[in-house]
Amino acid sequence: MFVEAIERILKDQCSPAVIRSIEGGGGSSSVLWNSIADAGFLDLLMPDEMGGAGLDLADLYPVLAVLGRYAIPLPIAQSIAARALLAPHTVVPTGLFTLAPSCHRIGERIVCSLTPFGMLADHVLVDDDGCLLMLACANAERTHTGVPRSQVATLSWPKDAPALSIVGQGAAVQTFAAAIYAGLISGALFRVFEMTLQYANDRSQFGKSIGKFQAIQHQISVMAEHVAAASIAAEAAFQGGGGLPQLLPSAMAKARTGEAAILVASIAHAVHGAIGVTEEYDLQLLTRRLHEWRMAHGSEDYWNAVVGRHVLASQLPTVTDFVRLANQEALNVKEAALLATSSPISRLKGLA
Amino acid sequence: MTNLVNTFRFARLPVATDTFRTEVKAFLNSYADTTPADVRARSWTGFNADFSRKLAARGWVGIALPSEYGGANLDAFSRFVLVEELLAVGAPVSAHWIADRQSGQLILKYGTEAQRRFYLPKICAAEAFFCIGMSEPNAGSDLGSVSTRAIRKEHGWQLNGRKIWTTNAGNCQYMIALVRTSGTPDDRHRGLSQLIVDLSLPGVTVQPIKDLSGDAHFSEVFFDDVVLGDDAMIGAEGNGWEQVTAELAFERSGPERLYSSIVLLDCWIEYLRLSGTGAAHVAQIGRFATHLATLRNMSVAVTSQLARGASPVVAAALVKDLGTEFEQSIPAVIEAAICANPSDAIDAELYRTVVYLSQIAPTFSLRGGTREILRGMIARGLGLR
Repeated sequence: MFVEAIERILKDQCSPAVIRSIEGGGGSSSVLWNSIADAGFLDLLMPDEMGGAGLDLADLYPVLAVLGRYAIPLPIAQSIAARALLAPHTVVPTGLFTLAPSCHRIGERIVCSLTPFGMLADHVLVDDDGCLLMLACANAERTHTGVPRSQVATLSWPKDAPALSIVGQGAAVQTFAAAIYAGLISGALFRVFEMTLQYANDRSQFGKSIGKFQAIQHQISVMAEHVAAASIAAEAAFQGGGGLPQLLPSAMAKARTGEAAILVASIAHAVHGAIGVTEEYDLQLLTRRLHEWRMAHGSEDYWNAVVGRHVLASQLPTVTDFVRLANQEALNVKEAALLATSSPISRLKGLA
Repeated sequence: MTNLVNTFRFARLPVATDTFRTEVKAFLNSYADTTPADVRARSWTGFNADFSRKLAARGWVGIALPSEYGGANLDAFSRFVLVEELLAVGAPVSAHWIADRQSGQLILKYGTEAQRRFYLPKICAAEAFFCIGMSEPNAGSDLGSVSTRAIRKEHGWQLNGRKIWTTNAGNCQYMIALVRTSGTPDDRHRGLSQLIVDLSLPGVTVQPIKDLSGDAHFSEVFFDDVVLGDDAMIGAEGNGWEQVTAELAFERSGPERLYSSIVLLDCWIEYLRLSGTGAAHVAQIGRFATHLATLRNMSVAVTSQLARGASPVVAAALVKDLGTEFEQSIPAVIEAAICANPSDAIDAELYRTVVYLSQIAPTFSLRGGTREILRGMIARGLGLR
């Protein structure tokens, strides 16, 4: 029922015109934001007694997928995750939250590089060497990437900027981020697939719809395979009773959806031809995001390596046992230690 | 027509299957430790009747068949668990594989009561092994053009023609053959029927065909005036196309389309652990695990549709196409990885296993329907044809 309700809001308030206006920087995001926030969707995961909806983690997946389908231009998913992460520890402030992939002390400043929605967010949540760090963007310096229509920004603060730091809760940010971006990607993939299927039926060349040509059919069949794989991989990240996504399913979800994102986007553009790369055609609203979301919080190169380290460290007799148990919580014992030794992002000090 | 993609929703195997899995693991106990990886890599092409009989003694051949015919009457989820555990260690399941997976189901669905009572208990006891009589020299992907012909006689059928690429024909007692019983190849799907052929009959000649790896798991089978009784007909005369389509759905919907190279992957991972050289390959190992986990979830989704009584033909084709691509990528990647530095020594067992799988891997996307046929089925399922 939450999915239908949020989809009704998105249908009205998140049209392609609204997306263009928000990402163009000219339009206000407050109508879309308020209609989602006022309906209580930011507190889906919060328990009833804290004023939330008490939603099971598994029921969050379809909500994220529908946000992805509508190429959501605001950090709704990130805010849902941030509020769920903060609620047990502090009174959660209002405003737009985003999650940052990394946090470094560079010179006299705290820097969160290439933070998705960094141009819009009011608060940032990041893993600060194991601590959960919340920073306010009001006193941040925002540096735009220079990519047109991108809301990604590098944020920096004086090292003594006011911040809330919660010991030992930091690792959950990356895991949750991997899971929500996987959910968003899987929804966007589905919409790209729908558009491509429709276009193949509508567009006529050589006297018949291009979908009648075997060369096109086989590409779209491959697309369907990867959209299906990505969606079930993303859904798997939201299983389990712990209330938060678990490391291995989330890592696999981000890796699998990221891999599908490039392939599906590339087939979609191939089938659409030149119209697909125009500003006025809506495909680009999704395919630009597929690439951005694939790169956010580590690509498949990063997350596959996380999984691979767990496979190598596993005592289980076969990789088949490993993947079977990866959907359960039994394997997540040494995850923090393994993650600590596996941060390619932290080696990139001084860049971007 | 995006429903096809929407059918892939996350599902879990019932908790009750955990106990069954433990029993199967106990049965397979030391098999992987005592059998070289290159032998285990042959899993469902390596013939081992003794192994099948031991499995049958536990009641695990024909486990999805009703108990009145000797089956274990277990559901599709239990069959998934059994198949997964057998293939994960590369158990030599080939002897009973076809009978368990499709021939038994076909006889159960289309056979007469007498046929069920005759064949099914033999299948469950691993006394009757079956092979598939579909492909012919001039009928591969274009299966409707089969020309092996059975002519009506007073008390049965007279069979002439030949089948090819028949796995294990020389070791099987029976073949279920798709043959023409009326019309000509131009009549396509009309006039086809399925016959159970006793391969010990006069006029049946099995000619093994060696494959590029040196094995001879498949054969050419010749029929020269083979005399069959009325009871050789399985299902209705002329209903062969519908039946063979149902049979192929059984053939494609199991989890075996993910695990063909899994023994090699485990062999490589074990080698990397022992040699302490895994760090360079973590992303690749992780990618394999990510893909396997996803394909397995997709296969469980198909199995849960089977368990609900649906016939997820196109969904199964989708998983098979994606699964065989994964199976083929494993030897390709491992060949490159183990020879990335010519001065490194290579473990002999690992080398034999990767070479065998590289050689045989092209068949993964041929057997049970080629990649191109499957992609055509998916496109049709999406409404593109």
